[in-house]
Amino acid sequence: MSTTPPIDSALRLEYVADFEYSYAAGKFASRFMDALRNEARIQGTRCGVCDKVLVPPRPVCGLCLERTAEWVDVGPGGVITGYTVVEVPFIDPMTGIKRPIPYGFAFVRLDGADTNIYHFLEESRHDKISIGMRITAVFKPAPERDGTLADIIHFRAEGPAADE
Amino acid sequence: MGRNAAIVAAGQTDHVSRRLDVSIPEMVREAVDRCLGSKDLNPGQVDAVVVGNMELFEGINFPELWMASAIGAAGKPLFKLNNGGTVGASVAVAAAHLVASGLYDVVLGIGYEKQSEGETQSAITTVGDPAWERSVMAGAIGNFGVMASTYVAESGVTAEQAAKVTVKARRNACLNPHAHLQSPDITVEEVLASRMLAAPLRLLDMCPSSDGACAVVMAAPDRAREMTPRPAWVAATETAHDTQFMGDSPKRLARMRSLIAASDSVYSKAGIVDPRAELDVAEVYEPASYAELAMYESLRFCDWGEGGSLVDEGVTLMDGELPVNPSGGVLSTNPVGATALIRVAEAALQVMGEAGDHQIPGVETALATGYGGNAWTEAVILKGSAP
Repeated sequence: MSTTPPIDSALRLEYVADFEYSYAAGKFASRFMDALRNEARIQGTRCGVCDKVLVPPRPVCGLCLERTAEWVDVGPGGVITGYTVVEVPFIDPMTGIKRPIPYGFAFVRLDGADTNIYHFLEESRHDKISIGMRITAVFKPAPERDGTLADIIHFRAEGPAADE
Repeated sequence: MGRNAAIVAAGQTDHVSRRLDVSIPEMVREAVDRCLGSKDLNPGQVDAVVVGNMELFEGINFPELWMASAIGAAGKPLFKLNNGGTVGASVAVAAAHLVASGLYDVVLGIGYEKQSEGETQSAITTVGDPAWERSVMAGAIGNFGVMASTYVAESGVTAEQAAKVTVKARRNACLNPHAHLQSPDITVEEVLASRMLAAPLRLLDMCPSSDGACAVVMAAPDRAREMTPRPAWVAATETAHDTQFMGDSPKRLARMRSLIAASDSVYSKAGIVDPRAELDVAEVYEPASYAELAMYESLRFCDWGEGGSLVDEGVTLMDGELPVNPSGGVLSTNPVGATALIRVAEAALQVMGEAGDHQIPGVETALATGYGGNAWTEAVILKGSAP
């Protein structure tokens, strides 16, 4: 065995990958995104066994092992069940752009739902956010919506300003 | 299980931020050499190999192909696992099952990661389903920030109590020559003054990013007794997963459903009724300070909401009633694909009495856990006598 070379002679090999992927969102996500894009509606699926409304919608309730029974509307209001204010730079994998910091990031339980979704908050001041706080979805204007969860820009404190 | 299986040897690299001097196969071979060398074993005695890591971190694919020679796997059964942060513990569990099945007598398990070679924060977002969670992810740190907030709300745990976990980890690490971050003089105040990343998590509440590898040898009873005077017998293993989405679990970190399921199962299989009294040491996969406190509760080391009190009372210190992570844990060392195998290896070293300066005296029963992805958990109980 040869001896390990000194560190300044250790060769580094640079490699930049620029791969592109195209995913089939699937039947449930496609239906959800259609309603979000076309009608600004948020939907989940209800389990016929435990009666829980699951968001994101899915074909099977993971704990009851049964196919979900029906689609139901949830939100656009809800409560914060957990949150943080992100203060570290992070490159958004969907856009390749560094997100401006700080930004609020939360677990949101939409009205009528029994599960939480992750999403962004309009508010980024820690002392203005709390668990249990009521919030509502802010949608992109219809022409700008493209059928992704980002059609909800973020959630903001419930109040008159959110009514349109 | 079929027949018994035992860990007879464990080895790891000296974990650091950047191993510029070695390639991945060279780094992995270092851990294998140290593992086999600790008991004067050689690669020819190994019947099969199980290897695991997180390939996207380094942008590599099929790495076992080009490291097969380095790990002594050419011409042998070589199995590969690739299941997130928990992969190292899954490697150990798979090796135990391969031996217990009777198909192989001696199995080498390997976990490794060179996090310095890639873009781990962006790579980790690919854990999210592209249709649902990927577009609204904030990396591991944002995710853990939200999780920690749910635990703080549920338990009332304080930033000081969380900081004590980091202080414990980085001081314990000083007794472990392989640990990455060793901070003999670290204080609670220093943790509380470190940069805020994603409230309540500060820089010193989070695990580092390391380059490193770990290996263990799992053997059938007859071979195990030949290879070492005191094998670490696998008394119980379990793997448990949560449901599909990060937001499904109502109390996320405060009630870790997969950890509860996995640990309850191994306690039951190993006949453990009171884990705090019956375990002599635990090596848990704590990605953040708050997570370790939450894990005390889900692992039933204390009642719900009492995780903070446990660290206040010093129960989990090196000289406490139930030492947790005498190795320094994930908060000190985190080469992700190796991290969970290091937990099992460290638990085995404790049972074998080979943990050196961080040896807990008289370890008969040890717990190791792995954690990763959407709350995928492994739990392993090792014992000093055959089950």
